[in-house]
Amino acid sequence: MPILNSAADLEKLRQQILDRDDRKRVVSVTNGTDGRTRNSEAVVQAFINEIKKQGLAGKLIVKSTGCHGFCEKEPTALILPEEICYVGVKPEDVPEIVSQTLAKGKVIKRLLYEDPVSGQRITRESEIPFYKSQNQTVLGNNRFLDMQKIDDYIALSGYSALARVLSEMTPEQVIEEVKSSGLRGRGGAGFPTGMKWEFCHNAEGEPKYVIVNCDEGDPGAYMDRSLMEGNPHSVLEGLLIGSYAIGAQDGYIYVRAEYPLAVENVDIAIRQAEEYGLLGQNILGSGFNFKITVHRGAGAFVCGEETALIASLEGRIGEPRQRPPFPATSGLWGKPTNINNVETWANVPLIINRGAKWFRSLGTERSKGTKIFSLVGKLQNTGLVEAPMGMTLGDIVFNIGGGIPDGKKFKAIQTGGPSGGVIPESLLNTPVDYEELSKLGAIMGSGGMIVMDEDTCLVDVARYFLNFLAGESCGKCVPCREGIYQMLKILDRICEGNGREGDIELLEEIGETVRDFSLCALGRTAPNPVLSTIRYFRDEYEVHIKEKRCPALVCKELISYYIDPEKCQACLICLRDCPAEAITGDKKIVHVIDQEKCTKCGTCLEVCPPRFGAVTKLDRVKVPEPVRQKREVVRK
Amino acid sequence: MSKVTLIINDTEVKADKGATILEAARVAGIDIPTLCSHEKLTPYGACRLCTVEITKGQRSQLVASCVYLVEEGLIVNTESEPVTKGRKMLLELLWAHAPGVQALRRYGTKYGISAVRAGMDYGVIPGISSTRTKFDIEPTFCVLCGLCVRYCAEVKRRNAIGFIGRGTEREVVFLPEIASEECPLCGEECYPLCPTGALPLHHALIKAEYSS
Repeated sequence: MPILNSAADLEKLRQQILDRDDRKRVVSVTNGTDGRTRNSEAVVQAFINEIKKQGLAGKLIVKSTGCHGFCEKEPTALILPEEICYVGVKPEDVPEIVSQTLAKGKVIKRLLYEDPVSGQRITRESEIPFYKSQNQTVLGNNRFLDMQKIDDYIALSGYSALARVLSEMTPEQVIEEVKSSGLRGRGGAGFPTGMKWEFCHNAEGEPKYVIVNCDEGDPGAYMDRSLMEGNPHSVLEGLLIGSYAIGAQDGYIYVRAEYPLAVENVDIAIRQAEEYGLLGQNILGSGFNFKITVHRGAGAFVCGEETALIASLEGRIGEPRQRPPFPATSGLWGKPTNINNVETWANVPLIINRGAKWFRSLGTERSKGTKIFSLVGKLQNTGLVEAPMGMTLGDIVFNIGGGIPDGKKFKAIQTGGPSGGVIPESLLNTPVDYEELSKLGAIMGSGGMIVMDEDTCLVDVARYFLNFLAGESCGKCVPCREGIYQMLKILDRICEGNGREGDIELLEEIGETVRDFSLCALGRTAPNPVLSTIRYFRDEYEVHIKEKRCPALVCKELISYYIDPEKCQACLICLRDCPAEAITGDKKIVHVIDQEKCTKCGTCLEVCPPRFGAVTKLDRVKVPEPVRQKREVVRK
Repeated sequence: MSKVTLIINDTEVKADKGATILEAARVAGIDIPTLCSHEKLTPYGACRLCTVEITKGQRSQLVASCVYLVEEGLIVNTESEPVTKGRKMLLELLWAHAPGVQALRRYGTKYGISAVRAGMDYGVIPGISSTRTKFDIEPTFCVLCGLCVRYCAEVKRRNAIGFIGRGTEREVVFLPEIASEECPLCGEECYPLCPTGALPLHHALIKAEYSS
């Protein structure tokens, strides 16, 4: 490969790539971690084989891409330039796609996305309701890029922002541009990125370091993974621009070990960038040198915290330390260090290319640009969503997420991962904005969003998140280690029907101490799920404690499974499937659950044929006495 | 060395630039409770008992005084209402973890904590407390201040004792391979550091284990 010595060389290369790929039809198959769980690798291979077999090699390009967002419909095959989008593609569909669509341009109706509301088949990807209200500026290029090919990135004007920065801008001008864009850290705290860079730029001490934080640990969140897998060069380019502005020559990418494909793709990306001279010595002939090292994490959630991450990089136990001093003045090996999250870095080339003014035009007064969310839970459409800041939670849930399936009612949305807060229906018109979410006792966090329907018990939800955090607290400081433990014990007790008068107040008191006295952000935000559920759903806690009832019928100790003798058709299915052998009955004899033996696994409810619907969940206190004599079933 | 003037509990205090609030307070004769700080060791900020309220302009904030450096004009309150409220809760949480150990009794007397309230989960050490509740982790004498661990690492550079486990499973252990070699040479300098007085006993148990 030719070494690029100037911005002009880069532009020349881009023209060559464009000429080479001109007028070829492209099929983009999602083949990230999410696609691979549904056999996408076989789909990609099938396309390659089939194209050869049908003699179309050289006329078509198959791209193995990262996630486009709508992961639950993957693998998807997007055919460009027509933008025909096939969802849930299987290897056996491929011959037909090649012979009909790729060769003749004919659309195969059965593979198109079907709108669950209207029942209509939708041809173009951008017309699918899930994508329609999104604004995918950061994530959007995933669909045009083969994950492991730098040429695809360069074809989309990749590295042109770097070329411009190196040839036309001073480090101070770059910092000024990022500052004026209003970009804030996407990892959770929302600190202004330009200011962070400036602190590090002005800090005394050499060398300086830059770090990409890809230790994305929130359960169910995978924004950073999708960027790292699908568009690693956008992160590298952002990092290069930042290190030029800050004055660093060494960068580290800290990726969690649970992201093998992200590690693989970023390794390939680094190698390819080096081959073009976009990394290494004298980049684009500018005299600027930069080297990147990839470091895999060892599986601790707390290492997403920047001081713990630095400790881990240095080979020490991943435990946070008190700030100040901030890493900007004393970070890796005690030197000035700048850490940003993957998504923050990926925003940088866009800001340089399109200008701070463009970036400022998106979003609210204090939160600019777009944010990627992982929208999951009880929704019609789940996946990665990129929306401009300021979109309301309600719009995200109902317009993009398509609302709640099965005719259920919306109950709450949890934002910001395990240490985020729960927001009730009455506040769904809240715009997504760092300050607005904090006001409600929630956080933006790294962008997790979990939607819950009426069948969710919020005491149980708080317990779930606290249990996660209890396992991930490093144990260094007292409030986090001991406080989370005590709160968890109280929540356990409430969910088991042993809650006491005063427990809610005790939870609040411990929670406030943990929030105000903990060393790092993990502890300081850990009480959020508890405090926010108490704030908006206090009555639910009270019912658990005073009436020993779980209104949503979730907490196992507070419910019973019951077979309605009027509806039971004595089909023996539940009786046979019950793992605790707690169901008695016989052919023609109504089945009865022995409440003493029942482990409340819910199998009977699952297996009872819907046309009978005889098994129900009841409050433990409400179960009718079993019928004494064995009753014969009334056949309907 | 240049001096910084700050106000601690309404008293004007002069402190060396680069000193922590805790050090400045000590020089001025103001006592701030702490379990994990030691003059020979790098500030650790783990027990959080030394948390104080600082005011800069309009903004008040709770910070750990053992790691926060003095600033010109800083106003510090070491016993404000939010501080003592949280400090009492921390003592109570620690008490539940290590009921009634020496160091906690000392501060417990000052802040009126001599037991754990009903509703908190705590362990039982015979002769010290008698109320029994459900307890999942074994009661301990150790408050995990890390003085012994850090002294061995930072001053002695031996690393014969260390932390294992994460979160509530965190424990201090002598590492037999190193401890059996190094501890006899050092003369048990870590013993007097232990605020609970439990370290010698712990070490004796370990020695018995690795000699057998």
